[in-house]
This record gives sequence, structure tokens and C-alpha cells, in this order.
Amino acid sequence: MDNSFIDIVGVSKSFGGVKAVDDISLSVHQGEFFSLLGPSGCGKTTLLRILGGLEAPGSGRVMIDGQDITDVPAHLRPTNMVFQNYAIFPHLNVEQNVAYGLRQQKLSREEQIEKVSAALAMVKLEGFEKRGADEMSGGQKQRVALARALIKRPKVLLLDEPLGALDKKLREEMQIELRMLQQQVGITFVFVTHDQEEALTLSDRVAVMGEGRILQMDSPRQIYERPKSREVADFIGQMNLLSGAIESVGDKVTVNTPTLGNVCVENNDQDVAVGDAVTLAIRPENLKLRSASAPGSVRVTLAASAFWGHTTYYRVVVTGAEGESLDVAQQDYSGSEKVGDEAWLGFDPADLLMLKN
Amino acid sequence: MKQGTRLAARILGAYAVIYVAYLYVPVLFLPLFSFNDSIYISFPLRGWTFKWYESMLANDALHRALVNSLKVGLTTAFISTVLGILGAKAVTRYRLPGQKPVVAMIMLPLVVPEIILAMALLMVILRAGGSLGLVSIAAGHILLCVPFAMVVLMSRFEGFDRSLEEASHDLGENGWWTFWRVTFPNVLPGIVASLLLTFTISFDEFIMAFFLGSTEPTLPVFMWNQLRFPKLLPGVLALGACILIASVLVVLAAEWFRRRNTSDSQSGDVIIG
Repeated sequence: MDNSFIDIVGVSKSFGGVKAVDDISLSVHQGEFFSLLGPSGCGKTTLLRILGGLEAPGSGRVMIDGQDITDVPAHLRPTNMVFQNYAIFPHLNVEQNVAYGLRQQKLSREEQIEKVSAALAMVKLEGFEKRGADEMSGGQKQRVALARALIKRPKVLLLDEPLGALDKKLREEMQIELRMLQQQVGITFVFVTHDQEEALTLSDRVAVMGEGRILQMDSPRQIYERPKSREVADFIGQMNLLSGAIESVGDKVTVNTPTLGNVCVENNDQDVAVGDAVTLAIRPENLKLRSASAPGSVRVTLAASAFWGHTTYYRVVVTGAEGESLDVAQQDYSGSEKVGDEAWLGFDPADLLMLKN
Repeated sequence: MKQGTRLAARILGAYAVIYVAYLYVPVLFLPLFSFNDSIYISFPLRGWTFKWYESMLANDALHRALVNSLKVGLTTAFISTVLGILGAKAVTRYRLPGQKPVVAMIMLPLVVPEIILAMALLMVILRAGGSLGLVSIAAGHILLCVPFAMVVLMSRFEGFDRSLEEASHDLGENGWWTFWRVTFPNVLPGIVASLLLTFTISFDEFIMAFFLGSTEPTLPVFMWNQLRFPKLLPGVLALGACILIASVLVVLAAEWFRRRNTSDSQSGDVIIG
């Protein structure tokens, strides 16, 4: 697609010699829900602040809707931000907070009230107009911050870990609401988070970041099912990472692993040679525990189990390869769950993903 | 063990009482003797009188000194607080080259003996061909007061979330409007505290006012002049009593303002949702 709406071209930013953002280029489409995902200190917030004009890039250009805004100050940019701590003005009530950005529009009192009510209705905060900033819960503050930003009808809404401070249940509720809101207003969202589940649930596309660079930029499904590097695989969801060495290369690659023996996997466009050390990755839900032997399964010993409600996690050790353990997520295992008991582990080699070390 | 702690508590209690008495009892003698019908400060009191207050009200020189002190005090409070706001904002909001030495220089008047500052300023002003008077006194007081204003305001600026100003920029306000709509209301209690503190420091400052003044004395210098004549002493006591009451009122007003300000955001029409 070439209908890119936000273009970040070769942007770098250093703080005291440390590169927070290291030569990043990316494009975001109009109306897209785009997430920057990474551990703290990976540069995702810095990149967001560069988009909002709160931080000047050391080099590179930033374009929104065909306009180069690299040198445009924050207050003249077509972006609005929802801050991590919400930054609700403590000396103003909800109504005044939401109306803050309307001053230059020179609206009549009635028009202002109308706009504020509409914005508050959008975030389901009707009736909270006169509340003080410190009389609200985290979730309510977050809604005020959203309303205050959306009332400006920005071309791009920037969200800096807006759900980070909320408890689990509220966070899940807000995720759904945020996604619905985004589809309703049709504004391009750039969302920063360290919570991979949140990024995968909400986004149209995700950029996984690490140490100032983009490790992978893809749809959530691609990121989850086809991580391109060990770093991404390790960061996204639970993943068993097994060491191995290339045995032979052809249409498929044979990898010798201490845990699963010789396995045949797809050569996913990696130029590898015989003898190279690689990592095989497989999700816990793609492993299957059985109480009886079956072709292709390996013998394992149960090391631990944990009941999670929707599934049970089992940690198993392959007999004869006690160095590495594997995690299995399974709902219907009928064998004995006693630690130390033996079982059989089955898997489909197609679910194994080869990653270069 | 328990007896030991009880004894310690008693000693501490006594210490606290003595400490407070030492601080405030001498101050209470001021209004007490200002009503005494005698020019000598000694017990027993000879009788009650308002005549010292009457003579005070009739004393034109005293009125002029009071007006001088108010002029110097208000000017000092205003200018040093404005400078303090600018300095505190710069120091807390930006990383400036050589910031630490610059701040140390601003704070220097806190530790340099005032008499040294006063003499140095006197020499500089005379050498530069300046004249002595209320302006030179105010200049000296500003030098003394800026560090105090800075300290008060810096703590206020530091305690106030930087992202609020960023949010204002983000919502379309430039630096000027952001200052008036966000920064100023949030640091206002600090500004009021700084105004009161610097005014008080200037109002009772003696050394600078003595060195850098001319024929027009400020109130402390005027009082000191009066003290040299025993028969004028009760008049000074009456004046002192008035200043005491005025300063208590100012402190109460400041405290009331502070409380009103912190509870402000909690009051108002609360809608329970």
C-alpha cells in the first residue's frame, strides 16, 4: 500500500550518547491502529514523543498527511496525545479539562458545552462535567484524557501506555472500548505499550522494538505465528526456544536438537548452511501431551503443572535431554498429572519455527 | 524500661516548653510594655495607657518611614519573585550548560555575611556614581531575596508534573498561553509564599537599609534611631506591637489562602456518578 499517512524516515535520537531511537523508518496508513511494542527503554515512547513534537529528532524527517512536520512545534501539529499519567490539569474540573484545547476556536459558550458533552458522551462520562481532577479513578482520568484529545479532532492520536496504570479487568474493558472508539472516529491511532497481549488484541499492525530499532513490523497474527527473530519470539507470548544445529539443507531443513532429535522444518527464507546453530521455536499450545506413545512423539517426565482456568500448563523434561524443559498448554490431558510421572509429547513439525541465532 | 521512657518524655516535654518560652515570651513583653505608663522597662507596671499609640499615630517621621518600608518591601517582593519564577522555571525545566555553578552563584547571598554584601554594594554604587536612597536599598534587598524566592519556587516547580505543560502544548497552546493557563495556576501558592517571604525579609532588614540608605530611613532604621533616646522607647514598643499583630495577620492570611487553594479542587458541585 502506498497510501501512507504517517511517514517516519531515518529518525534517530540520542540522550547523552545513548541512542534511544536508532535510524527508524516506518509508515502508518490512514485510520490504522498501529502499535509500538517493546520492553521499557526500547525507544517506543521517544518515537511517540517525536511524532507529537515533544521531542526533536536528532536526524530524519517526520511527515503526516503529506506534510513535513519535523520542524513544526507541538502546539501546531495535527496530533494529540494521551499521556501515560493522563496529565489531567489538577486546577480544572472535567469540563474545563476537556474544553482546554478549544480556546483558539473562539466558540460560543453554547457550542463549547455542546462539544464537551459530545466528547464526554463518546467516552461514557456524561454527568461528570463538574468533577475535580482528584475525584476520579484512574479509568475515569483516562477517559477524560481521551475526550480532551479527541475533541480536537486530530489527524493522529498518540497514546503512551494509556492502560498501564489500570487493573487487569478495567484494562481489558478499556481495550475493547478503545478499539471500538477508534473504529467509530476513524482517526489514526499510534499506540505505545509494553504489553504484548494488548498490542496483539488492539492493533492492525504492530512494530516490535528493541534497543532503538524495529525488530519486526507486521500484523499481530504474523508477529505471533511467524516471529522473524529469536528476540521477537521471546518477547511475544510464551514460546519454547530449543537450541539445535543444521544437519542438512534442502527444500526443508533438518535440524538436530538434543530435545526432539532430528526434525524437518520449513526453510523460511533464511540463508543457513549445514552446521549453523539455530533456535527452534514452538508455542506451548502446539505441543500435545499424551498418556500413550504415538508415532513421532518423545518420552517426557512431568516437572510441574499449573492450572490457569482456560488451560493447564505443564512443564516437561525430555527423557535423555534433561538440560532443557518445555512448556505445554493443554486443556484435555487425561493422564496422571503427578510430578515425576512419564508421558508422551507429540508435535507437528510444521509448527516448529526456525530462527537464526 | 518503661520508667526510663517516661522520664525521657518528661525531659523532652520540659525542653519543649522552655524552648517555646524562650522564643516567644520576650516577644510578648513588647505589647505588654507598650501599654505601660512609664518610659522605663521594668516591673511592676506603673499603669495602663494608650498614649504611646497616640504619639505614634501623630508621628510624621514614623509614617514616612513606614511608607518607605512598604515601598521598598513591595518592590523587592515583586521583582525578586518575578526573577525567582524565571530562574526556577529555567532551572527545573531545562538542562542548561553550567547550571550548577550558576545556581550556586544565585544562592551565594544566603551564606555571604550581609555586612560584606552591604559594604561591597555601597562601594560599587558610590564608585559608579549612583545615589543612595530607597532605590539602592531595594536593589540590595532584591539581591538578598532572590535566593529565597528561588528556593520556594523551585520546590513548587519540581513538585508540579512537567507533562501538564506538555499536554497544554499538545492541545495547541504556545509557551505564553501555557504559562498563564497551566504553569501559573499550579505554582500560584508558591508565588504567594515567595511574595510574603521576600516582603517580610525586606520589611525588617536593617544592615542593607542602614548602609545603602540616605536621609530617608526605612522602618527598622527609624526604630534603631529612636532607641538611642530612652524617652522614645515606649513609642518604639507600640510600633513593634503593631508590626507583630500585622505579621500574625499576614501569616494567618497566607495559611488561609494555602488551605483554600488546596481544598479548592475538592469542593464545588460534586456529582456522584
